[in-house]
Amino acid sequence: MPITAEIKKDYIVKLAKNGKRADNRKLDEFRNIKIETGIIKKAEGSAKVTIGNTQVIAGIKMDLGDPYPDAPDSGVMTTAAELIPMASPDFESGPPDQEAIELARVVDRGIRESKIIDVDKLCIIPSEKVWMVFIDIHILDYDGNLFDAASLAALAALMTAKVPVERLKPMLEKLQDKYPVIEKYLNEHQKDFPLPLSDPPISCTSAKFNGTLIMDPSLDEELIAEARLTVATDTKGDIRAMQKGLNGSFTVDEIKKVIKSSVDNGKKIREQLYKSVGK
Amino acid sequence: MKSNIELIKNGKRLDGRKNDELRPIKIEAGVLHRAEGSCYLEWGGNKVLVAVYGPREAVPRHTQNPLRAIVNAKYNMAAFSVDDRKRPGPDRRSREISKVISEALENIILLEKFPRASIDVNIEILDAEAGTRCAGLTAAGVALVDAGIPMRDIPVACAAGKIDGQVVLDLGKEEDNFGQADLPIAIAPRTGEILLLQMDGHLTQNEFDTALDLAIKGCKDIAELQKEAILEKYQKNMEV
Repeated sequence: MPITAEIKKDYIVKLAKNGKRADNRKLDEFRNIKIETGIIKKAEGSAKVTIGNTQVIAGIKMDLGDPYPDAPDSGVMTTAAELIPMASPDFESGPPDQEAIELARVVDRGIRESKIIDVDKLCIIPSEKVWMVFIDIHILDYDGNLFDAASLAALAALMTAKVPVERLKPMLEKLQDKYPVIEKYLNEHQKDFPLPLSDPPISCTSAKFNGTLIMDPSLDEELIAEARLTVATDTKGDIRAMQKGLNGSFTVDEIKKVIKSSVDNGKKIREQLYKSVGK
Repeated sequence: MKSNIELIKNGKRLDGRKNDELRPIKIEAGVLHRAEGSCYLEWGGNKVLVAVYGPREAVPRHTQNPLRAIVNAKYNMAAFSVDDRKRPGPDRRSREISKVISEALENIILLEKFPRASIDVNIEILDAEAGTRCAGLTAAGVALVDAGIPMRDIPVACAAGKIDGQVVLDLGKEEDNFGQADLPIAIAPRTGEILLLQMDGHLTQNEFDTALDLAIKGCKDIAELQKEAILEKYQKNMEV
């Protein structure tokens, strides 16, 4: 369990009372965001996102697989996050812990429930073979706000991913003996094609300490935070996902304030995301 | 694995290299904020990131050595670093590589200075294309310097191998898959001591001698790149 020095806590709280932050940001301002795509050659899609000192890589791998019985015509997606010991002196190697699982699940829900990926278009043979999409998130450097960094990296990686028809052609052709219908699919999909995607919601995380709300908490701010709220908003400014964390509370007015500043920041981040993936 | 591909054509290898030529290498020191030392390294199609933490109290306690520090290198491949997705977490291969790298680093670090401590070296393979253990160990050398860990020398690694009956430096992807032998080594470049050595395949004694000479020469060339990367970071900071 990481400990923050009292003196550091006092400093951050005092600054916040005067509307200031240790890194000179405004209370509702994000740190500098950098998005690089196509950095991993072996991956079907990849992106590195830097928010301040926080660095995250997301990689997309795809494979042929069996659909779930309750959705026989839909592709399958899975999200995993690794809080590798590289990123922080407090992360340990081993199976994903609570924190890594919450992170992966929040990112997963953001993508799954908002139906960004058109999974019906990832069906190869109904009830038999579909595309499986694996989103793997690697935290490289941890300086707070992993939720936003991880979901932004996952989105940028998905938006630049190509379905690897050419790499898996031998396997698809092998399936042809068992399922002759696959010939039609192969004729229609001769080349790698981009993942079928729609406009993504952008998630923005705020934290609250000592009655002050701040956007995009750094690690020091995160460690003294009493409550945290992640809000994902879409192009229309509608709310698409929320997650509150930690044992503190929000008033209704505070929640409304957080939503408004999430819409404003989300708009800017979306523009940057589109620019970085060439859309 | 046998194949019908010709790995050497008209005296040139598949990627156009000569027999004693390395793939392009790029090294950058101090790329992470949290870690005490770090290094990013690209070597051909390999992309490797190394973070060093420590010396800090070794946990669990029973791993502590009252006389010296222990080195805890962890080699980990990202799920998306290979053609078919790798399941996250350590497997037998990565555990073995972690062990031989830890041992190579223990040789060169002044462990007696830090009793009961551990020096943790996290090696993440982000993109893999033959020779990841050499890339990882070479990057670890730079990250350890960046972390200020006292060492006798900066460890460096490189492989030689045999393809189409000829001894060559630094095997590429197809050469690794379809070649006849692979000999990765790590050395302390100042003294030439060998810190890590593995071999698989088939080499005559003469071929082994040639391959070892070639690999040592490769290591020494890479050692210069390591020094440049460190100077690049610290000299620049000094001038400001």
